[in-house]
Amino acid sequence: MAEEKEMVSIYIMGKQYRVPYGVTIMKAMEYAGYRFIRGCGCRGGFCGACGTVYRKPGDFRLKVGLACQTVVEDGMHLTQIPFYPANKATYNLEELTPTLATLLRHYPEMTRCLGCNSCTRICPQELQVMDYMAAAQRGDIAKAAHMSFDCLMCGLCASRCPAEIVQYNVALLARRLYGRHVAPRAEHLARRVEEIKAGKFDAEIERLMKMDRLELQKLYDARDIEP
Amino acid sequence: MYTPEMLESIKIVEQTRPRRLKETFPRLTPEEKDRLLRSFHPDHMPDAQRPVRVGPNKGDKMPHEHVGLLESRSMLDPDAFSLDRVDYDVDVLVIGGGGAGTSAALMAQEAGASVLLATKLRHGDANTMMAQGGIQAADKENDSPAIHYLDVMGGGGFSNIPELVAALVLDAPLCIQWLESLGCMFSKFPDGTMNTIHGGGTSRKRMHFAHDYTGAEIMRTLRDEARNRGIPVLEFSPAVELLTDEHGQCAGAVLFNLETQQYLVVRARTVIIATGGCGRLHIGGFPTTNHYGATADGLVMAYRAGAKLIFLEATQFHPTGVAFPEQILGQLVTEKVRGLGAQLVNAEGEQFVYPLETRDAVSSAIIRECRERGKGITTPSGRQGVWLDSPMIDIIHGKGTIERELPAMVRQYRRFNIDMTQQPILVYPTLHYQNGGILINERAETGVPNLYVAGEASGGVHGRNRLMGNSLLDIIVFGRRAGTNAAARAKTVQLGRLTLDHVRRFHEELAREGLLGQRTAPILLPDYRGRIV
Repeated sequence: MAEEKEMVSIYIMGKQYRVPYGVTIMKAMEYAGYRFIRGCGCRGGFCGACGTVYRKPGDFRLKVGLACQTVVEDGMHLTQIPFYPANKATYNLEELTPTLATLLRHYPEMTRCLGCNSCTRICPQELQVMDYMAAAQRGDIAKAAHMSFDCLMCGLCASRCPAEIVQYNVALLARRLYGRHVAPRAEHLARRVEEIKAGKFDAEIERLMKMDRLELQKLYDARDIEP
Repeated sequence: MYTPEMLESIKIVEQTRPRRLKETFPRLTPEEKDRLLRSFHPDHMPDAQRPVRVGPNKGDKMPHEHVGLLESRSMLDPDAFSLDRVDYDVDVLVIGGGGAGTSAALMAQEAGASVLLATKLRHGDANTMMAQGGIQAADKENDSPAIHYLDVMGGGGFSNIPELVAALVLDAPLCIQWLESLGCMFSKFPDGTMNTIHGGGTSRKRMHFAHDYTGAEIMRTLRDEARNRGIPVLEFSPAVELLTDEHGQCAGAVLFNLETQQYLVVRARTVIIATGGCGRLHIGGFPTTNHYGATADGLVMAYRAGAKLIFLEATQFHPTGVAFPEQILGQLVTEKVRGLGAQLVNAEGEQFVYPLETRDAVSSAIIRECRERGKGITTPSGRQGVWLDSPMIDIIHGKGTIERELPAMVRQYRRFNIDMTQQPILVYPTLHYQNGGILINERAETGVPNLYVAGEASGGVHGRNRLMGNSLLDIIVFGRRAGTNAAARAKTVQLGRLTLDHVRRFHEELAREGLLGQRTAPILLPDYRGRIV
C-alpha cells in the first residue's frame, strides 16, 4: 500500500528519511526503521508517551504534538521528548484538605507563573493550562480539576514553563483533592457496600451459581431490561 | 476529510435519520445470535486456529498467533543462565504496571509485604489507560449483584466460571468505593449520585464513567497513589521468565532491562502476573485497539511454569474500531457512543443490528453486512466499514452532549478534520480483548504454587465474551484480590533453590515434538520496522 502513496522527507533528530505521505509521525518513524522502547505507549492518544517537538520548513516556530496523532509533512524536523524530569510531591491524600494552602505546600513554585501562556500553547490536548493554573492559584480546586480533566500528563507543558512549574502534577493533585474531598460521596454506593458486607445478596448469588446452563439461559432470556 | 463518495453516502444516512430516531431495531433471538456468530465471528473462520502441541493445554485449539508463541523457546538458556546473583529479594513481585498490577501492588503493600513492581514500559502504559467507556457495578436501587451476575454469564455464553463471576459482581461496589475514596473523579450528579448508563449486554444502567477517560482517570489515580506510598517500580524492565524452586513453586522472575539489555534476577515469595492482553499479536490479521506492549508475555511465562490456559480460542473483536481515517485505523470508538444512542447504519442508511447486542454479535453483524450483503462503505484504501451515526446523540440528549460526554473521541476525530457531532463516523471490528487467559480461582491463584494472575492475562471470569465495563472492573477486583492473597501467602512461603528447571523441561518437550526452533518468546514488543501498521 505504501508504494502507491506519495513519499515525503522527514528529519528524525536531523537525519533524513523518506516516508509515506499522510501517516502519523509514529508510523513514519517505524517505517523508517525505528523500534520504539521509549516514546511509544498506547498509540491512541491517551497515555502521553509520545510527545514530539517539530518544526516545519520556513517556519521558526516550534510545534508539538503526540507522535501517534500527528501526521508527517514534507520537510518536517522532529525529535521526541519521551521523558522530562519533573517535580512530583508525595502526600497522604486522606490527611489533606482541599485548599490553596495544600496546593502551595506541595508545589510552592506554582506562584512563580509569569502568565506567558507557553503551557497552553504547547498542550497537545488543547487544554487551557494557564487558566487552570490560575484557578489553582486562587484555590478553586473544582475548577482546576474539571479544566484539567483531559490531561494526558505528557509533560510538554512543564518542558516549556520558564517558571519551572509542573502543571500536570499540580492538576493531578487538584483532581484527587476534588474527587476525594470536594465531590459529594455517592450515598447509593455506600448503602450497597453495607448490604454486600451484611451478606444480603449471598443466598441469591449462591442459588444462581448452582443453576445449570439451561436454567440460567431461561432466566437470562426472560430478564427485564431497563429502558 | 471524507471523500466525495463518502459524503454522498452520509447524505443517505442523514435522510433516514429522522425515521430511525423513532425506530428500534429488533434484538436477536438466541437462535439468530448463535447462527450469526457461527457464520461470521472471526473465531469461527476456517483455518484461524490450530491445536497447541506442548504444555498443559496440549491438544487445545487456539489462534495460530498464540500457538506460535507457546511453542517457542525461552530467551534464556536454562543450562547457562546464572541465578547466583539475586538483584532483588522481595515478598511480592508484581509483573505489569497497568490497573491490575498497580491495584495488586497497593493492596500487597497495605498488607505489610515488601513489593516490587516491574513493568515493560512506563508505569501506567497499559490498556487500562485506554479504556474509555466505563466500569460496571450494581450499586443502584433497581439493580443487584445477582442481576449483574446474570448479565455477565449471558454475555459470556454461560461458559464463565461461577466462582469468579460471583467475586466480580460482589466486589464491584466495594471497588468503586475504593476508587472514589482514592479521589477518582467519576461523573456524578450534583448530589453525588453516580451517573450510569447502559453498555452492550447490560440489563441495568450500571456503567460508571469519567467522561470518556475512565481508564485513564483510574490509572493515573492508582499510579499516583503507588508513587505516594513509595512502592518501588522498575520501568522498561519486563519479565522474560518465571523462576521456580526445586519443589515446582514459583519463586521469582528474570527481568530484562530493555534500555541496558541486562538481565535482573528477582527472588520473590509470591509472583503476580498482570501483563495484560495480546492485541499486538494481530490475531487473524486484524488491527487492534491495544497498547504497544500487549504481546501476551504473561501467558507464555506462566504456561512454561505449568499453568493452564482457558478460553484462548475466544478473542474479542470490538465492533467499532476506526475504519477511516487510515492514520488511526483500528483504534477504539468507545461503546459509550452506542450507549448514548448512536445507531449502526449501512450504505443504504438502514440499521442492521440492535446497537447494544453483545460485542461478539455486533462485530459479526458488521462483518456480515460488509462481506455477505455488500452494504458496507469502501474507504480510499479499499477497506470496508459501516456508519456509526454519532450526531444522533446530540439530537436525542441535547446539543453539546457529545462534546461533554465524549471529549476524547471528538478530539481524536477533529485532529483529522472530522466533526463527529455533525457527521457519522466509519467503523469496522478491531481486535480488542483477550477473553481468556491463565486460569485462576476466586483468590486469583493459578495451579502453580505462589503464582497469581490478575486482569486481562487471567481467564475464566468473562467466559468466551466479556461485556463492556467488566474489564476495568476485573482488573480492580482481581488485582486487589491477588495483592491481598499474595501478601498473605508470602508470610508462610518457604522457598528452595532458584532454578529454571521448568524451562529446561519445557525445552525438552519441545524437542520431543520436533518444535525446538530458533524462535523465542515472549516477544516483548511488536516489530513494525519498515512497515506501516
